[in-house]
Amino acid sequence: MNYSSYEIMVVSAARLLKNDDVCFVGIGAPSAACNLAKLTNAPDITLIYESGTIGTAPDVLPLSIGDGELCSTALTTVSGVEMFNYWLQGGRITVGFLGAAQLDRFGNINTTVIGNYEKPKVRLPGGGGAPEIASHSKQVYIIMKQSPRSFVNKIDFFTSYGFGNGFNERSDKGIQTKGPQLLVTDMAIWKPDPTTKEFEVVALNPGVTREAMQESVGWPIRYSETLDENIPPTKLELEVLRDLQERTRIAHSKTGNSGQ
Amino acid sequence: MAKFQSLSTAINENLFSGSFVVFEGFTHLIPYAAAHETIRSGITDLTLARMTPDVIYDQMIGMGMVSKLVFSYAGNPGVGLLRRLRDAVENDWPRPLAIEEHSHAAMANSYEAGASNLPLAILRGYQGAGLKGINANIKSIECPFTGETLAAVPALRPDVAVIHAQKADSKGNVLVEGIIGVQKQAALSAKKAIVTVEEIVPELNTHPNACIIPSWAITSISVVPGGAHPSYAQGYYERDNSSYLEWDKISSDRNAFRDWMQKNVLEQGPEVFNERVEHLRD
Repeated sequence: MNYSSYEIMVVSAARLLKNDDVCFVGIGAPSAACNLAKLTNAPDITLIYESGTIGTAPDVLPLSIGDGELCSTALTTVSGVEMFNYWLQGGRITVGFLGAAQLDRFGNINTTVIGNYEKPKVRLPGGGGAPEIASHSKQVYIIMKQSPRSFVNKIDFFTSYGFGNGFNERSDKGIQTKGPQLLVTDMAIWKPDPTTKEFEVVALNPGVTREAMQESVGWPIRYSETLDENIPPTKLELEVLRDLQERTRIAHSKTGNSGQ
Repeated sequence: MAKFQSLSTAINENLFSGSFVVFEGFTHLIPYAAAHETIRSGITDLTLARMTPDVIYDQMIGMGMVSKLVFSYAGNPGVGLLRRLRDAVENDWPRPLAIEEHSHAAMANSYEAGASNLPLAILRGYQGAGLKGINANIKSIECPFTGETLAAVPALRPDVAVIHAQKADSKGNVLVEGIIGVQKQAALSAKKAIVTVEEIVPELNTHPNACIIPSWAITSISVVPGGAHPSYAQGYYERDNSSYLEWDKISSDRNAFRDWMQKNVLEQGPEVFNERVEHLRD
């Protein structure tokens, strides 16, 4: 079956999730991946959205982090204070998903500003829950498309900390969690080198060349010695993902005519 | 005891130019009607705080009535950036906007500290994060028991908290259900709490651990059916996602924005909200 680079990205991330994972889910590709995992390889996975919905099982993907669907299908819904203190700071999250406007080779993330903080070229939404998702989740997974604008040599602002300048900088700061352990893109799967903590490519998606990879990334890419080719999505994975997206499209088109 | 008042009386008696106000809500139960009444009241120089300033803050900032914003995520939920806020931060239009930026965890704790009558909140936060370097209200504190260095932020103590909730009983006790965010903490951190509700019922008839704000902790209650549109009120109407998508277009142009505000906010009253949610009710 033919598939898009977005579909293989979502499927690749979903495959790496497990039944006993407790995921702090972000909107967009992370939400698609987590819900695909729940519908395929990890039916018992616990999904938590930062609006306070714990153990949620939406039938369609939410447009916002606080859609009613998340609450009405959740095991329980807790306050913002409880969410961030008990469940995130309390160390209950096994996988925190983050996206980025800018990402560097050490998994540091910027979603705050492009340019200077005081006089930004583009004022982005900011960190929200991300600074503490990055430090309190046992592991951080990053899903995003590769592009020279977003995979940069130097990020403009440290919204969420990954490995800083690499090596032991993270643990030297007293951060006890593992940090970014996986980067899934539309072209490849990356993991941090155990010593330097720089992301290196562990698997290329079928048909992706090293030249194309380098054109989309603003630093010299390192490849694992055991570089693999990523496995294409199966028919079942694609069917489940496409069904989910079609249900989502239909549900979101129903609430039309704002009248505002 | 809470007073039952019209929305315009509630806003005009409690909010003034220069007030520090929070209109809280995390995607759900956003107090749109109250924010629009505030815009119509003509007050200015407000300091606003909110974890997730969204469209209502974009509207108030674009109308030039906000001098400072305290926040942790300023986006149009599920859609993208806030264009009026961007114009204010990037181009000082229609006026400069001072910002104080935090993380969600820190702000949630700031409200809790305010509600708890403490001067500060302590959390294990901002580790390695750049905000620590640019926000003077993020400091470090050493745990006197373990020696661990933790983050400290000041308590939030707004003059007025404004929230929307599902219902009040006839005595003015308010029930908040569904995604409750930090509404209870915000209401109790403020000197005054104004609540808009979908309806008044004789009894709340709920379970023992429901999120209820007692009447005597609330200043004013106004009945505004649909008052959270285009966000939603769980059990009453759905989120109007297409309005959030449309806002991206309306807010992208200064003139389109002003025309829209004139027609849909300045020339309207709270009664239009009921019509706006008609097609979104179950």
